[in-house]
Amino acid sequence: MSTLLLKNGTVVDPAQGLHKKLDLLIADGKITGLKEKISAPDAETHDLQDKIVTPGLIDMHVHLREPGQEEKETIKTGSKAAAAGGFTSIACMANTDPPADDVSLIKHIQEVARRHGIVNVLPIGACTIGLRGEFITQIGEMQRFGAVAFSDDGQPIGNAQVLRKVLEYTGMFNSVVISHCEDKALTNGGSMNESALSTKLGLPGIPSASEATMVARDIEIAKNFGRIHLAHISTKESLDLIRQAKKLGAPITCETAPHYLLLTEEAVGDYNTNAKMSPPLRQEADRLALIEALRDGTIDIIATDHAPHTLDDKRVEFNLAACGVSGLETALPLLYTHFVQTGQITLERLIELMSVNPARIFALDKGTLKPGAAADLTVIDPRLTKKVDKTKFYSKGKNTPFDGWELSGWAAMTIVGGQIKYTAEKGVWLKA
Amino acid sequence: MNPLGIKDLLGLKNLSAKQINLIIQEAFAYKNQFSAPARIKKSLLDKTLLTLFYEPSTRTMTSFNVAAGRLGGRAHNVSVSASSVQKGETLIDTVRNLEVMGFSAVVIRHSHGGAPQLAAENTTLPVINAGDGFNEHPTQALLDIMTMQQFKGDLKNKKIVIVGDIAHSRVARSNIWGLNTLGAQVTVCGPATLIPRGIEDFGVMVEHDLGRALADADFVNVLRMQHERQADKNFIPSKREYHRLFGINEKRLAKAKPGLLILHPGPINRSVEISTPVADGKQNVILEQVINGIAVRMAILNLLIGEKP
Repeated sequence: MSTLLLKNGTVVDPAQGLHKKLDLLIADGKITGLKEKISAPDAETHDLQDKIVTPGLIDMHVHLREPGQEEKETIKTGSKAAAAGGFTSIACMANTDPPADDVSLIKHIQEVARRHGIVNVLPIGACTIGLRGEFITQIGEMQRFGAVAFSDDGQPIGNAQVLRKVLEYTGMFNSVVISHCEDKALTNGGSMNESALSTKLGLPGIPSASEATMVARDIEIAKNFGRIHLAHISTKESLDLIRQAKKLGAPITCETAPHYLLLTEEAVGDYNTNAKMSPPLRQEADRLALIEALRDGTIDIIATDHAPHTLDDKRVEFNLAACGVSGLETALPLLYTHFVQTGQITLERLIELMSVNPARIFALDKGTLKPGAAADLTVIDPRLTKKVDKTKFYSKGKNTPFDGWELSGWAAMTIVGGQIKYTAEKGVWLKA
Repeated sequence: MNPLGIKDLLGLKNLSAKQINLIIQEAFAYKNQFSAPARIKKSLLDKTLLTLFYEPSTRTMTSFNVAAGRLGGRAHNVSVSASSVQKGETLIDTVRNLEVMGFSAVVIRHSHGGAPQLAAENTTLPVINAGDGFNEHPTQALLDIMTMQQFKGDLKNKKIVIVGDIAHSRVARSNIWGLNTLGAQVTVCGPATLIPRGIEDFGVMVEHDLGRALADADFVNVLRMQHERQADKNFIPSKREYHRLFGINEKRLAKAKPGLLILHPGPINRSVEISTPVADGKQNVILEQVINGIAVRMAILNLLIGEKP
């Protein structure tokens, strides 16, 4: 296996408290050296002057749509998009068709990922059979074959007793349950945030209480029965509950997504279906509360909730349009430009949110550049400024509300297991 | 561009007072000619209007048909069941097909808010919104405004109460936009379960006590209670209680300002939102609304697609 030498990059690794210019040597898929001057004449050498080297970004909330909805995305196209976005590992949600609620599906995803994956593809198994919220799945078997977490994402587990059983059961395997917090009775067929704007547009609204009531329920259940990671948090009320619960030691963690940090319900504009999400985009007070929660540690992770859809899924009446945004290729530059460059959070904090914490919470052997660790790295070019162009996405999902935004801090290079999978100059490199 | 300066009539949200007044003046002019139909200029000769209704409706469709006919045009009616949208052809494909069939304009009713806008963005045909979800029903609001003006002139500072299911009413929303633009003062009244979030932001008063709301009102626009919607969604406990709290009856009228006029978009649920003596009484202008509806729709068709002199 080839040896790689990355010279003169600014290494930012919060797991080791590092932020300095260092050389980095990679051999046999692992990091073998990290110090000020490394000499390795036989190594393939890259000068990373003016660039930032971080532990590979990990996205724990991605929809790859395979099997069943390959017109929207495949493991191949989704993992290419991940590499182009600077992600070295992505966890794919179980709401495929059929759902990944059985060992055979987990094995299938692993096999396709082994053949066509560009980055590490980590399957998430369903909590309940058919995502119906009734009967728990073979969690132990699925974990044995590689499921890294369990979730019925897209569907809340409405029955608290079922959630209790799922938690007790996953606890035996020290695995994490990712909860989609939504009270469907309160959502009641709504298609955007419930507010004066939904009333103005004549669209059925989703109150923020739809999320917060389930967050409150999940906190109580977690306190009693096991660890829960709360997915895509979007409201101030949810954050207040989470902050308080964390102070009291509740075993919960949470994530939000870039679109909740950057957009509000106003993005719906005149029925713009690219701004239709689940949960919906909220109001400015919620957005500001999310930014504050990034700073004070209430939010543990930023995940993209990458939800690719076809043009046809979005070019319909707003109420009928699919929910979600194609997020893998824009997350890093969006967050770098709007939060790191503006000084709202440090680069270290961003890397914690996108690499260190996902690795810690989901017990992945990643999220650091310590010698001996897997050589998963993201190289960021803070000087590279360009516009988002959805037509150039590797993802099949061109559904983005960020098209045309001018951003900096794009991924310059993505290295997975010691192999360069993407460079800004050459694009995604297919497996040999 | 036509005298209104717009390709489509999607709602009153974005219409100016000037545009609203232009439509209503034209409608009054047509109404004055109703007694001598031969005098009405046939500005829609060779024009065919398509009514594309994804929801059942008798009176709005008929009103558009009559309006087109009185202007010498023809109308072709298509009713589509809402489920067929999801089964097959998209709305965009439907309107594109209709465009090449040579229609002059399309009138759309749809169960989802924003659907006429989506159609309008994807066709060169003028699109007229005949009610979308609970977003807007502009022609109904224009005929309501015309009726109010007919009886009490300028609506500036006039007090109008809209009572009933505000949350699910496109009529209420279009009325609010139009009446606000013309300087009227609007109060919405209904059970808390049927008042939508943030409606105060539109500059309307919210009142749950009908007696108080009617105290100094010049008009009350009574919305139809949609039983099919109420029955399974638990918005009101019973029709009886609704009538007691929000129904218009003689007792309430006796306490209201003399000369209070009652509007209703129809069809009426007698003894629910309105008592029979009131429905048949002198203070309601419901049939006048129906007549004005034809005049308003003639005005809109003529302004949007009529042959200009």
